[in-house]
Amino acid sequence: MPPKVAMPDIETIARQFIEALPHCHELAMRMEAIGEGWAVISMPYDPRLIGDPETGVIHGGAVSALMDTACGASVMSHPQAGFSTATLDLRIDYMRPATPGQTIRTRAECHHVTRSVAFVRAVATDDDDTRPVAMATGAFTVERAPK
Amino acid sequence: MKRPEPVQVIKQRREGLLRTLVEGVPYIGFLGVQFDRRGDELTAILPFRDGLIGNPRLPALHGGATAAFLEIAAMIELAWSSLWDGVEAEGALPEGPLKLPKTIDFTIDYLRAGLPRDAYARARVNRSGRRYASVHVEAWQDNRSRLFAQATGHFLMPEPEPEPEPGHESGHESGA
Repeated sequence: MPPKVAMPDIETIARQFIEALPHCHELAMRMEAIGEGWAVISMPYDPRLIGDPETGVIHGGAVSALMDTACGASVMSHPQAGFSTATLDLRIDYMRPATPGQTIRTRAECHHVTRSVAFVRAVATDDDDTRPVAMATGAFTVERAPK
Repeated sequence: MKRPEPVQVIKQRREGLLRTLVEGVPYIGFLGVQFDRRGDELTAILPFRDGLIGNPRLPALHGGATAAFLEIAAMIELAWSSLWDGVEAEGALPEGPLKLPKTIDFTIDYLRAGLPRDAYARARVNRSGRRYASVHVEAWQDNRSRLFAQATGHFLMPEPEPEPEPGHESGHESGA
C-alpha cells in the first residue's frame, strides 16, 4: 500500500532524522520536542557513560555530545538556516554533576541567524530543572540552499 | 649512587599508572579511546567505527564524539602529568583510587569535518595550579599538521588527601 500523500509533519521528519544518526542512536538520544529554531533532546542515564566510577556521574563528553546534537537540531529547525549544518565552535560550562540515574535533557535555541552563521545557546538539566547541569553557546554554519 | 632501575620496571610502573587512569572510566571504554605512551608523552587514539558518525551523508564524525574525545584526551593528560613526578619519585602508584580532575568549561573549535577514519589527539597543560588547570588539546587524522579540531578547557584539580596531623588548613591557593 502506498503511503499517504499527506506531508509528514516537520517534527516527525526531524525526530527520525536525528534519532537515526549513528552516534545519537548509540547514546539513545530522543528528540522530545522541536519548533522553529529550538529543540529539546534527552539522553537516558546509562552506566556505560559514567565518567566518575566513585559517584556514578555521567562523563562530560557524553553531555557535550547531547549539547552538540540539540544545538545542531535547533539550527536545522530554524526557518532561515536550512536543513544541514556543522558546528564551528561550542563552549560548554559544567555547573554541577548530573544526578546519577536521571535522564539529562537539553533545550537548545538558535537565537540569531545571519546569511552564514547561526548562533545557539543551550541549557542541560536533569530531574531538577531549576538548577542547570551545563550550559552551552555555539556558532554553526548556515548552508546556502542550491537554487 | 643507586643503580638505575631496569627498564622493564620503569615501563611497568608507567603503564600501570596509565591503565589505572584510563580503565577506571567506563565512558573512555564506551567511546573506544586508547592511549599510546612514549616516555611521558601521551597520544590519544579514537579508532573509527560507524557508531561515531554524526552525518551519514558526508559521512563525518559526530561533533559530540569529537568533543568527547578531546575532553578525554585533555583530562587524562592533566591527571597523568600531575601524578607523574610523584609516581616517578615514589617508584609506585599512590594508594587508593585515583581521582580525575573535573571539567569546569570546555571550548571546542571545529576546523574541518572529521573523516570516517582514526583520529589522534595530544594535549598540553598550559597552566596547572593547586586548584585550577588550563589545558589545550589538538586533534588530527591523516596529517599531524592538518588539525580537524582543537579545544581549550579549564579543570578543577582533585582535592589532595587530608593531611594526618591536626590543625591543618587546606584550601589556600599558593602562588607557586
